Amino acid sequence: MSLADLTIAEAGTQLRSGDATSVDLLEAVIERASFTEAQLHCYLTIDHEGARKAAESADWELAAGTDRGPLHGIPLALKDNFCTRGLTTTCSSQILAGYVPPYDATVVSRLRSGGAVIVGKTNLDEFAMGSSTENSAFGPTRNPWDPERVPGGSSGGSAAAVAVGSALGGFGSDTGGSIRQPASLCGVVGFKPTYGLVSRYGLVAFASSLDQIGPLARNVGDALTLFEAVAGHDPLDSTSYPGPVPEMRSDLEAGPKGIRVGVVSELSGDGYEPEVSTAMSKMLNQLADDGAELVEVSLPTFELALSCYYLIAPAEASANLARFDGVRYGLRVDGETVEEMMARTRAEGFGPEVTRRILLGTYSLSAGYYDAFYGQANRLRTKLIREIAAIHEQVDVLVSPTSPTVAFELGAKTQDPLAMYLSDVCTIPADLAGTPAISVPVGLDHQGLPIGLQVMAPALGEAVMFRTAKAVEERAGFTARPALAGLPT
Amino acid sequence: MPIEIDITHVARLARLALTPDELDRYRSQLALILDHAARVQAINTTGLAPTAHPLGLTNVFRPDEVRPPLDVDEVLSQAPSARDGYFEVPPALEGV
Repeated sequence: MSLADLTIAEAGTQLRSGDATSVDLLEAVIERASFTEAQLHCYLTIDHEGARKAAESADWELAAGTDRGPLHGIPLALKDNFCTRGLTTTCSSQILAGYVPPYDATVVSRLRSGGAVIVGKTNLDEFAMGSSTENSAFGPTRNPWDPERVPGGSSGGSAAAVAVGSALGGFGSDTGGSIRQPASLCGVVGFKPTYGLVSRYGLVAFASSLDQIGPLARNVGDALTLFEAVAGHDPLDSTSYPGPVPEMRSDLEAGPKGIRVGVVSELSGDGYEPEVSTAMSKMLNQLADDGAELVEVSLPTFELALSCYYLIAPAEASANLARFDGVRYGLRVDGETVEEMMARTRAEGFGPEVTRRILLGTYSLSAGYYDAFYGQANRLRTKLIREIAAIHEQVDVLVSPTSPTVAFELGAKTQDPLAMYLSDVCTIPADLAGTPAISVPVGLDHQGLPIGLQVMAPALGEAVMFRTAKAVEERAGFTARPALAGLPT
Repeated sequence: MPIEIDITHVARLARLALTPDELDRYRSQLALILDHAARVQAINTTGLAPTAHPLGLTNVFRPDEVRPPLDVDEVLSQAPSARDGYFEVPPALEGV
């Protein structure tokens, strides 16, 4: 087995026992990438030099007795919408091609000070808008389980890299499901924290009231470790939660006994692949056999979450993306006047999905429509938040499939924006409500494609969410790896 | 009843110089999406305040302290055009 296939916990043990160095780990993931990148295209940038320096420094420090914690010396992949000082950050957009940020995102500086090694920047749907990583100006990422299929999105590059072993762990951002849905489609764990637990400072903003950074990992324990390294209040993000990060380790291994599990009836039925539903039922039965209490619950506002999301997210995006105007960074297309320069730059620099959402958001925020669209969607959001809070008086966690389907073929939904948007139907409610949610792989369908189960919890309910996720993981016994990961052995 | 969108006006507001073909295509796509999204208008939300922050955080203050700014040269190195420590743009007013 290659070092590229170790979990973060296993790699940490080997680093501390002297069986492997950080440089060994980095070389293993880069060797893996050299086999898989031509086919999968997980990375937009691999920082050979910077990563090597960080790995050497991690080894030197560890030898000298300085241990920065569980991510010390661990090679990680970061979505290319995190600002990294001195390292290109493009958001998969022509408008930012070649942009080198003058500062690090808070998440990046916390990872650096935790000793992590940043292998490179991963592909995404342009500005994180999409569910397949096909909306990248630099070409799509492919699914390691079947390169004819999408890895999901928008954090498809990080998900695929973690699945195939071109990083031991990774980070993405989730606005409507962009961590969990690709995790599900790539057979890895993906976690979106409670809104505000991870700083958004230096994350290129898409929809500020929804965006949240979170980890992608090979197992639940690694996801927790990655999250702990970056969580906590940041004065540079005024929406950051000022209270303590929940304590999540003490009950992690407590098992499912006594957990009240709400099965969301709105997230089932038509449009859900039978094998996805079966995999979920099978897991729920196993949890019930071991003492979890299953409760069928109804959250009627979930039916409107997708509509609500497609009013709120594009509205906020249209405001956030106003900053890309050819003045301070990125692309400029010349014009006679400043307005002509801006309009030409933006038309040239943004791809079709981003343009579509900017237009949609501009329309729904424009005079005469604001209250009917954005205002109404945010009142509905309050209704959804209250509905979820009320249901959590009866149940500890909510479960659903992460995605109604397994990975679909490239091109299958690119001509039909609504069909693409529907792939986020299960993940959007937790973004709107700001609640934590995690996707855990529970099996493969008959085509050998991964199926994910989503566990949602109340705001700041990460402890019971992780405990449930761990119980799911233990019962699923999901150890399969994509065949591609085995190529170099 | 399909939603009528003055797409030329919206594109102007968004500072997007789109071709007539693009405008047509986006107009019909937006109509479809809004038709779906407009379902929210049928819901009674009387008495509900709009969500601003999911956890209900309100105003946040910080001490008014001087902190080192970003390095000016590093920032301007990313600008498409800069001169004498400033960003440079084409004329904003006609005849200037």
